[in-house]
Amino acid sequence: MSTAPLSHAYLILFKRDLLLAFRKRAEIINPLLFFVLVTALFPLGIGADPALLRAVGPGIIWVAALLAALLSLETIFRSDFEDGSLEQLLLSPHPLSVLMLAKVSAHWVITGLPLLLVAPLLGLLLDLGADANATLLLTLALGTPVLSLIGTIGVALTVGLRRGGMILSLLVLPLYVPVLIFASSAVSTAGAGLSISAHLSLLIALLALALSLSPAATAAALRISLS
Amino acid sequence: MTLNKPVTALEARELTCIRDDRTLFSGLSFRLQSSQALVVEGRNGSGKTSLLRTLCGMALPDAGDILWCGEDIFRLGADYHACTAYVGHRDGVKLDLTPLENLSFARSLGNPDPDCTAHQALEALQLAGFEDVPTRNLSAGQQRRLALARLLITRARLWILDEPFTSLDKHGIAIVEELAHKHLVNGGMLAVTSHHPVNLDPGATTRINLSE
Amino acid sequence: MWRFFHQMGSPRYFYHLAGRLVPWLGVACLVFLLYGLYDGLVLAPTDYQQGDSYRIMFIHVPAAWMSLFIYMVMAGAGAIGLIWHMKLAEIIAVSCAPIGASFTFLALVTGSIWGKPMWGTWWVWDARLTSELILLFLYLGVMALHNAVEDKRTAARATSILAIVGVVNIPIIHYSVEWWNTLHQGPTVTKFDAPSIDIDMLIPLLVMAVAFKLFFVMVLLMRARCEVLQRERNTQWVRELVEAS
Repeated sequence: MSTAPLSHAYLILFKRDLLLAFRKRAEIINPLLFFVLVTALFPLGIGADPALLRAVGPGIIWVAALLAALLSLETIFRSDFEDGSLEQLLLSPHPLSVLMLAKVSAHWVITGLPLLLVAPLLGLLLDLGADANATLLLTLALGTPVLSLIGTIGVALTVGLRRGGMILSLLVLPLYVPVLIFASSAVSTAGAGLSISAHLSLLIALLALALSLSPAATAAALRISLS
Repeated sequence: MTLNKPVTALEARELTCIRDDRTLFSGLSFRLQSSQALVVEGRNGSGKTSLLRTLCGMALPDAGDILWCGEDIFRLGADYHACTAYVGHRDGVKLDLTPLENLSFARSLGNPDPDCTAHQALEALQLAGFEDVPTRNLSAGQQRRLALARLLITRARLWILDEPFTSLDKHGIAIVEELAHKHLVNGGMLAVTSHHPVNLDPGATTRINLSE
Repeated sequence: MWRFFHQMGSPRYFYHLAGRLVPWLGVACLVFLLYGLYDGLVLAPTDYQQGDSYRIMFIHVPAAWMSLFIYMVMAGAGAIGLIWHMKLAEIIAVSCAPIGASFTFLALVTGSIWGKPMWGTWWVWDARLTSELILLFLYLGVMALHNAVEDKRTAARATSILAIVGVVNIPIIHYSVEWWNTLHQGPTVTKFDAPSIDIDMLIPLLVMAVAFKLFFVMVLLMRARCEVLQRERNTQWVRELVEAS
């Protein structure tokens, strides 16, 4: 029906979301602060023994990244829902799953990419070492898009609910388990000087699966939530 | 495009809508053809908005079918959405974008009408001069007119309007009525709810009262 | 015509059919349950390693099987409901969640009790117990979502989507947890998969599994009947039913 190719609709929405985020820059910083703060709390809670921190560091950073991703995800549809733009997206002649993919990717660029930038710093704080730090960056680059893609399904299901945030974490966190396991153990393994190719291929497989299935699931969920 | 098809019609057959246990309406049937308007009336909570959302294809009816050119709208999906434009309670405009950005976005995401640019649409709703002001700084009535400007920039045959006159002054209402009139004269269709009486050609208007 | 049949015809038909089936299922379930328990707790031989404490397996293992099975039924019914707009399938999907959560909880509790004499603690991060715990969270998520959405129809459809997403994820979660387990702890005592189970233990185990299945179907039908009545309470046949009683 529409004459423009799919990539056109994708780009239009992607650019719009980036522009909106740029005009409200302050919101980008919040999940980032949360990420740093949570990670910084752990040494205070469990003691500053470098050996201990090195052992639990990958897990801590990844759990913190997971929570930061979850926290920032909540906002992905909120303003669109409140001002009615979400309805308009639903009624667009373009496939909703492509539009959803655009929204998720813009959202990841806004909230996920900054996590990557500060993560090496946190790695230094927890004394991870160069190899582990590089792997941390790599796993975050592969893993956080999966978190965004899976989480968006949950947000689509809870959009418009009054206590959506609480329920969202209950829906989404169990689904985050595989990413957490593969990614944090990749960082530990790299820290021990072993090969991490198995971990990385598993993460890539998860990313491919999430990329192919999640936008359609999000679209279906959104149609139901807004009906 | 459906523009050249002989029979373009929206037909509702035995629609039923149940919300939280309350039957809002049931067995509702009507037919809307080119140059005809449907005015939905009724008290608050009588299901006007639910009916319009169902006609848009956003909500599933609890029973019954809605046909566009003889085909189920839920089966048509995107093809149906390309023929409709909806302005609901919420404006669907981004306050952090300018009116021009808002309209250009809506235009490229819809089924753009080559004969009407975003600038022309803004002019038609007397928003010329406000192209580059952040939408946040416009008055409620101007924001509403911006939402209605969306109707002009896509090739929508069917306009679905939920309380289009909210926060518009007399002058604004006159502009919108004029646009609706033109749309009908050009062979368009209109489904509208309004607390304000709608001035349309009585011969081409079907009225449904959901409270009765 | 088909749609009419699905939407209006089946709930009523289902209500009466299920009503007639429930007592029979109850009797069959009771017979299997009593025989299974007697066979498992009294007749089956004592394990040479674990003594009598292994007998909790006759509850634990079928419960763990059911926890997965019910999730799949839920996702399957949800998919049918979404694709063909079948109200009855939606109702079945929604009714599954609390039963599945109960079985998962039962499997967790019995697993933990079983672990106490074996490991000396109530909880060990064993791969299967951990998977079961995550499964419980998935069930709780489904139930929380269902409670949070006000419109019943929307709630059922949203829940179905979540169940389908969950069913895609369950194998991945299971695999990842198992992987994590071997990585961090080394193989624990493989108490769950006894490679050559004695036939005298296998029979009561299977009998109990059948009893649990029957129990599930019975409770499912009962819950679904309630749900049907609630949803159809504005229809003629439910009113007649109420007036008649």
